[in-house]
Amino acid sequence: MSDIAIKVEHISKRYQIGENKTYPTLRDKLMELPGRLFKGPKKNKEFWVLRDVSFEVKKGEVVGIIGRNGAGKSTMLKILSRITEPTSGQITMYGRVASMLEVGTGFNPELTGRENIYLNGAIIGMTKSEIKTKFDDIVEFSGVGKFLDTPVKHYSSGMYIRLAFAVAAHLDADILLVDEVLAVGDAEFQKKCLGKMSDLASSGKTVIFVSHNAEAISKLCNRAIYLKSGELIYQGYTMDTLGEYYKDSSANRSEYIGPLSIDIVIEQILINSKKTQNISIKPDENLKIKVLWYSKRKLSNFRLTFSIYVGSTRILSMHDVLDKPNFVKGNYVSEYIIPASLLRPSNYDIYFGGYQPQTKSWFYGNSGITLTVLPVWSATNEEANIGIVNISNGGKRAKYI
Amino acid sequence: MSDQITVIKPTGKLQFINVAELWGYRELILSFVKRDIQVRYRQTIIGGLWAIIQPLSTMVIFSFFFGHLAKISGGGVPYPIFSYAGLLLWTYFTGALTTSSGSMVASAGLITKVYFPRIIIPISATITGLLDYFVASVVLIGLMLYYQIVPTGFIFLVPVTLLLTWFLAMGMGFWLSAINVKYRDIGYILPFFIQLMLFVTPVIYPSSIAPNFKFLLSLNPMTGIIDAHRAMILGGLPINWVGLGISTILVFVILVSGSAYFKSVEKYFADII
Repeated sequence: MSDIAIKVEHISKRYQIGENKTYPTLRDKLMELPGRLFKGPKKNKEFWVLRDVSFEVKKGEVVGIIGRNGAGKSTMLKILSRITEPTSGQITMYGRVASMLEVGTGFNPELTGRENIYLNGAIIGMTKSEIKTKFDDIVEFSGVGKFLDTPVKHYSSGMYIRLAFAVAAHLDADILLVDEVLAVGDAEFQKKCLGKMSDLASSGKTVIFVSHNAEAISKLCNRAIYLKSGELIYQGYTMDTLGEYYKDSSANRSEYIGPLSIDIVIEQILINSKKTQNISIKPDENLKIKVLWYSKRKLSNFRLTFSIYVGSTRILSMHDVLDKPNFVKGNYVSEYIIPASLLRPSNYDIYFGGYQPQTKSWFYGNSGITLTVLPVWSATNEEANIGIVNISNGGKRAKYI
Repeated sequence: MSDQITVIKPTGKLQFINVAELWGYRELILSFVKRDIQVRYRQTIIGGLWAIIQPLSTMVIFSFFFGHLAKISGGGVPYPIFSYAGLLLWTYFTGALTTSSGSMVASAGLITKVYFPRIIIPISATITGLLDYFVASVVLIGLMLYYQIVPTGFIFLVPVTLLLTWFLAMGMGFWLSAINVKYRDIGYILPFFIQLMLFVTPVIYPSSIAPNFKFLLSLNPMTGIIDAHRAMILGGLPINWVGLGISTILVFVILVSGSAYFKSVEKYFADII
């Protein structure tokens, strides 16, 4: 037996546009008929989600798949998990495969924690005797022991996720396919999940981990694959792949995530009335940011938040409005003004985000625009004042008597 | 390390059911059935009694309107027990058909997140109702004692008619649940279709009242099964073996074609559901 665990050969996947969105009814089909008689069958537009992707994963390797939204990473994982079929190509996997695309798949709110452990275990591919032997471990890992005989509809969302992850984490498989399940739960729990994941990884299991979280990928994976618009752009050591990912995406790396990123579309960003990806200003210039955005639906209590980052540190954030007004669907323009001489010469990233308290819905991400404050020194912006925030006049000094 | 090898590649147009794979997933089928039974009567006051109330109340209404007022004969047995013996199987059949037809759409969350043979979903949806059948047959036993009906040896063949009904519900469930994934019209057509089917199935009346339409009626696979089911339990009525034979053939045609259709289109389910 060779040391290959997963062999992916020339996998392509095609969707027909619209196929995902609407449920055609018989009426739609019937209405099409007269047209078809004269024009021949209606041609659907095709869309390739994955195109000729090939790679190999050796036994015991932990491989990350990184890429932006819509790059095809989730489709790749769904094909590997046999949820959807490839249009062409072949995949061979050696060993028992377990996929964790979502924790708690098939949990029934009416059933108790205990009943759901058995049900979910069976759904993800455990045998009854397997669940029985691991039952105590699962309960202990989840920490919901006291509520084992309570219907899970009464669980807090944290308990629910902990129990769900606990079942999935105890599935004994040779190959694990993991989606961004770690994106759920509180920070402490995410840490626990990551810990469990790296335990699994170091115990010799083969893991494919899909994420757009570069940090998680760099922590867990020794190799990584970069997918872009359905094509494999780079594969190699994690650091090299992440380097490619960053290099490639720096051209236009606007990337908004979160549930609201579908509803809120940032259409144009003007900085000091200019539309550009890189803006340079002198320290004593005002910075005026004008955002044209569009809301696809009515939003209540929503503020558009603007943030400036240096690396991964947020320097400041501000909202476009002070009160929290309700919005109807439509186009909006928001403006932010950063006073002159506030930021010291350096490179900054501009982010946008928003939060809707009722639905706890949010979106957030890098606008892709870099701001450079030029190293122009003056009395109000001295070179010797090291730091990020500029204070134009220092203190006061007098002779101490 | 298990030496299991999984090969994933595009499948061809026509697919058939893989019984060996299904056998490997029998625990999952049982888990689904168990879940449905556990959830079914939760948060109800009278719980499992609902299984009895539905056929029983229908029987009372039928007996009054059709038996008492319209004077439809029970073909040799008292009308209440005549209609109840038919309703018992009919209730199971329509319930199983309805749940299995909607089962794929109801399980969309599972279908897009985890792999298992999809056909397990409509199969398990037809099994749950069997429990109700057994619960409701207690009333039948009560009626038999009340009307002092002594069953013949044929009563041991009743499981055969139940099995055929199960197969039919599955076969039609395969067709309808798969079509329902793409065309949600099924959800609207089915209740209406079931209502109509009641009138062309000998539940309310014995098939002997329409001798001229015997052949047409026998094209409905439930005709032969309901007749035989009733005759085997109640003894006094003759068993129509020909009718049962026609039904059996039809059931297997629907079951085999349904499973083949389901298997052939299941690859699209996760993409369009």
